[in-house]
Amino acid sequence: MMHFEFPIEGGNFLKAGSASSQLKKILKQLNVDPRIIKRVVVAAYEAEVNVVAHAYRGIIMIDIDTSRICIQLVDEGPGIPDIGRAMQMGFSTASPEVREMGFGAGMGLPNIKSNSDELSITSEVGKGTTVKITNYLEQ
Amino acid sequence: MKVEEIAAKLNLKILSGSNGLQNEVSGGYTSDLLSDVMGHAGAGAVWITLQTHKNVMAVSSLKDLAAVILVKGFEPEPDMAAQSNEEAIPVLGTTEEAFTISGKLFNLLELK
Repeated sequence: MMHFEFPIEGGNFLKAGSASSQLKKILKQLNVDPRIIKRVVVAAYEAEVNVVAHAYRGIIMIDIDTSRICIQLVDEGPGIPDIGRAMQMGFSTASPEVREMGFGAGMGLPNIKSNSDELSITSEVGKGTTVKITNYLEQ
Repeated sequence: MKVEEIAAKLNLKILSGSNGLQNEVSGGYTSDLLSDVMGHAGAGAVWITLQTHKNVMAVSSLKDLAAVILVKGFEPEPDMAAQSNEEAIPVLGTTEEAFTISGKLFNLLELK
């Protein structure tokens, strides 16, 4: 069982993706199946960018054992009032500045869903959001 | 086909990341939406875009892309160029539009 944690700064797009990049290196070192690494990295990156784009600060916690990779992102932020709506392809509350950079197209959460085996999102408006992504190592 | 050969044949300017010119190219993907590339580009693809910021390199690295082509004469911001060098993923430049350069790259890869 291995545990890693990386902080995520809200609003700092210069560092967006750095936690996912660390995660990719770790999974490569552990010789995880490249097809699984690809999925995990897409889901982790999108979830990391969501914290950067929407929250004030957050933390990504990664737990790996012989059966699964579990990624939990806990943020302090505005929260999501309607998770069902947020999950819809194309729905976004991102700012115009964020959209100009090519983010905020409403594809992030759908990407996370299609690249995870299990996804759970809990959120409290005005407090923050927790996203839990699980990918299994065995087919 | 290697990035170097594509750069030469399509008359692309090497803007950064010349240490990655030997990267093998397996295809291409044209989009300005980062999540679209994240979700759909394949490893070894050349990404054609007008986005010039550092996050382009983060996505390119996470997706194991071969190179980035900036269209219409755009140039990478300094921190994008720096990360391109670090990751050995070249950023190439063209004055052409995305449609035109995508077509040329498609033909070049199909004719290989």
